[in-house]
Amino acid sequence: MHIVDRRLNPGSKSLENRQRFLRRAKALVQGAVKKSSQDRDIKDVLEGGEVTIPLDGMDEPRFRREGGTRDMVLPGNKKFVEGDWLQRPNQSGAKGSGAGEGDSEDAFRFVLSREEFVDLFLDDLELPDLAKRKLAQTESEGIQRAGYATSGSPANISISRTVGRALARRVALRRPRKDEIEALEAELAACEDETRRRELLTLLEALKAKAKRIPFIDPIDIRYRRFETVPKPVAQAVMFCLMDVSGSMSEHMKDLAKRFYMLLYVFLKRRYKHVEIVFIRHTDRAEEVDEDTFFHGPASGGTLVSSALVAMNDIVRTRFRPADWNIYAAQASDGDNMTSDSAVTGHLLTDKILPVCQFFAYLEVGEAANYTFDMPDSSLWTLYERLRNDGAPLSMRKVSERGEIFPVFQDLFKRRTSQERV
Amino acid sequence: MGSSGERLFEGADWDFQTLQRIHDACEEVARKELGLDVYPNQIEVITAEQMLDAYSSVGMPLFYKHWSFGKQFAFQEASYRKGLMGLAYEIVINSSPCISYLMEENTATMQTLVIAHAAFGHNHFFKNNYLFKQWTDADGILDYLEFAKGYIAACEDRHGRETVERTLDAAHALMSHGVDRYPGKKTLDLRAEEKRAGERRQHEESVFNDLWRTVPNTKAKSKAALTAERRRALLGLPQENILYFLEKTAPRLQGWQRELIRIVRHIAQYFYPQGQTKVMNEGTATYVHYRIMNRLHQQGRITDGNFLEFLQSHTNVVFQPEFDDRRYSGFNPYALGFAMMQDIERVVKNPEDEDRAWFPDIAGKGDVEGVLREIWSNYRDESFINQFLSPALIRRFRMFHLHDDPAESQGIKVDAIHDERGYRRVRRELARQYDVGFVDANIEVVDVDLDGDRRLMLRHTTVKGAQLNETDTRRVLQHLADLWTYDVALTELDGTDKVLKEYVVSPRAAAVAA
Repeated sequence: MHIVDRRLNPGSKSLENRQRFLRRAKALVQGAVKKSSQDRDIKDVLEGGEVTIPLDGMDEPRFRREGGTRDMVLPGNKKFVEGDWLQRPNQSGAKGSGAGEGDSEDAFRFVLSREEFVDLFLDDLELPDLAKRKLAQTESEGIQRAGYATSGSPANISISRTVGRALARRVALRRPRKDEIEALEAELAACEDETRRRELLTLLEALKAKAKRIPFIDPIDIRYRRFETVPKPVAQAVMFCLMDVSGSMSEHMKDLAKRFYMLLYVFLKRRYKHVEIVFIRHTDRAEEVDEDTFFHGPASGGTLVSSALVAMNDIVRTRFRPADWNIYAAQASDGDNMTSDSAVTGHLLTDKILPVCQFFAYLEVGEAANYTFDMPDSSLWTLYERLRNDGAPLSMRKVSERGEIFPVFQDLFKRRTSQERV
Repeated sequence: MGSSGERLFEGADWDFQTLQRIHDACEEVARKELGLDVYPNQIEVITAEQMLDAYSSVGMPLFYKHWSFGKQFAFQEASYRKGLMGLAYEIVINSSPCISYLMEENTATMQTLVIAHAAFGHNHFFKNNYLFKQWTDADGILDYLEFAKGYIAACEDRHGRETVERTLDAAHALMSHGVDRYPGKKTLDLRAEEKRAGERRQHEESVFNDLWRTVPNTKAKSKAALTAERRRALLGLPQENILYFLEKTAPRLQGWQRELIRIVRHIAQYFYPQGQTKVMNEGTATYVHYRIMNRLHQQGRITDGNFLEFLQSHTNVVFQPEFDDRRYSGFNPYALGFAMMQDIERVVKNPEDEDRAWFPDIAGKGDVEGVLREIWSNYRDESFINQFLSPALIRRFRMFHLHDDPAESQGIKVDAIHDERGYRRVRRELARQYDVGFVDANIEVVDVDLDGDRRLMLRHTTVKGAQLNETDTRRVLQHLADLWTYDVALTELDGTDKVLKEYVVSPRAAAVAA
């Protein structure tokens, strides 16, 4: 008989099959991810987790029979006698008596890892592979002491630990001390009495043998300093989400905006350890709100973009010192603004906001497949375009479909790396 | 070897020496008392995660990659996590050496139970049952799977993952119709199979090319020569092994596609006996572990405490919920199989008059082990139940037979119960539930329209009015048509050849172009 220990074999032999399944079920899983990210808060997007997909969307057909007359033998008869009639459990269901067997398999919960989730989430936004790789690389790693280990490279031997443990072991096992032996040897040299000499000799031999058996330093004493790689926070960042919530912003537009914010958040989260999010919504007045209110709270009124910028500026001054924080802002709007507000907005941006921002993205959202995007630029767009031409670090895009969101993000992303490489 | 009375282990912990001692102790009982004849054993200790892995590749240690196994895994992992499903204590593979997987979480008692159950019970059954002898090649299976895995991976490199996947998907859909139900000329020799893969390919291509050359483009001369009868004979029709038929005859398949179909077919065939012997196989293994554990306890080699732990697991395994119990989901093969083995033991040792009347050949014969070994070798579930389900057992399980005719408005009829009038009918009906010839849809390839559009014609002969599920059937036929690359027609007939339903499915454009 043979016994084989397979526990050390790499587990997750199914990983490859799992990936194949994911690829195959991509549309389904992506749908589920999309749905679950809609219900999530921006911060939760990074959590990964369960998505539910219908198993029968992935079923494997076989020839199956159903209906007809059925005969069955069952255990546990208590009271029936031959010739009895039983009520069918459910008259309608029993009509094609096999109907119950044919029902589709249930949906099942599929647990996605955080990476899988983010990948699928980003994939939904048509994130090109190239940029994804860069994204993954932006997280820098640091090394941190993490206690001691029994194995490691010689360069990492902790001498004090090792010696300390060796000492403890020698004491515990009563290894003869050097001076003990020396004292005996001295006594032996001085000794005249033959019996005593023999006694001393055996004692000395025993001690020496024992000392030999219990080494001064044993491999088991050796301790290595252990190091762990930890993601190193580059710094901390704050992300301002500015959104026009006046009546003209539809659910679709808010959804586009939300996706953009999510993407930005995922990006920042991979780069920074701490990312704060500030939600500012505005009509003709601006206010800081929580995420739920931001995306779902109803509001109406005129539109004054400058109000949001003022609010942001106040918050930056009071809570996020530009020296300590990397400041990002993403503004989503359908582009409508009071004409009289343009000058104020322009000044606020150039004088107050842009100087403290790492980056400012402007997202002009439109209805799905809206032809107005072929029409003359909106007032806000014209204004921002002028600023950008003057060299402001401003990314701006028009977006009316989910799939278009990523390019905007890519803009933002590209500039960041080129600046940082300098 | 430890003498009797020496404990195999204390408490719940075990190590590899313990496993060795357990195995040797079980072996002694298995060989000397039960007279079992087993393949050499290989015991592999694995983790729970690896057990899940093994589940999702139909229990085999190596298997080709396919998304449906990933689906299995995801599904099983999800139900495992939700606590819906415990893991099996063991998986055992019909190979030589016979591989039993043991989970590291098991206690020493459980390991003993598992070794007795799998490494001796199942192992003996695999080696001696006629179906396994006929259809499976225990020596060759692991090598063959290795070959299959490598071959499929190589195909993926050469032809692209998706192309290979399409062929495999199609073959999987037809897998249950890819077995030979009746023994052919020779038993399976997977090693030679693998070796000959290449040469055979060429030979076969030339053979069927001849056949196809006679088809549309050529003149009337050959058409006339090829009468319908001769054509069917040449094509080996009617043929119920659809995968075999495709592999040999499908006009446009690439060589590698034929090999993939062949692989799927061989694997289906390898598992075919397991489907027909679930009750017997589990019954044998359970009976064997029960005997071995009892003996070990008698010998004082496991403690009373360990024995109680064993009894608890054993009782769970052989628990049979009654039909009105929420937990009921058909007969538990462990319960039924074990009960029948024990009942046979009773009949052989202490028969009543009734048993003498029902089982004149074995009643009071005395040699329990000999009789059981003989039965284990020569029956499958259907014939086993038909032959050995005793009135005593029918009474004990309080079995009854229901007949459900949808046309009958009164409801479901109780046709027979556990009384004098009912025994034989209950037994016959229960045996029928295990008859694969009865359980699987009877579908055959009946003809190919060689003169016309090369339409492949199949026939489903319905039994007791059960027709095929339409949605699934269309999907399967789509796969079939894609492999065949011409139209496929399926006709459902009742017993009197009356046509109940007809399907015609055309191949998808992509499949034809490929």
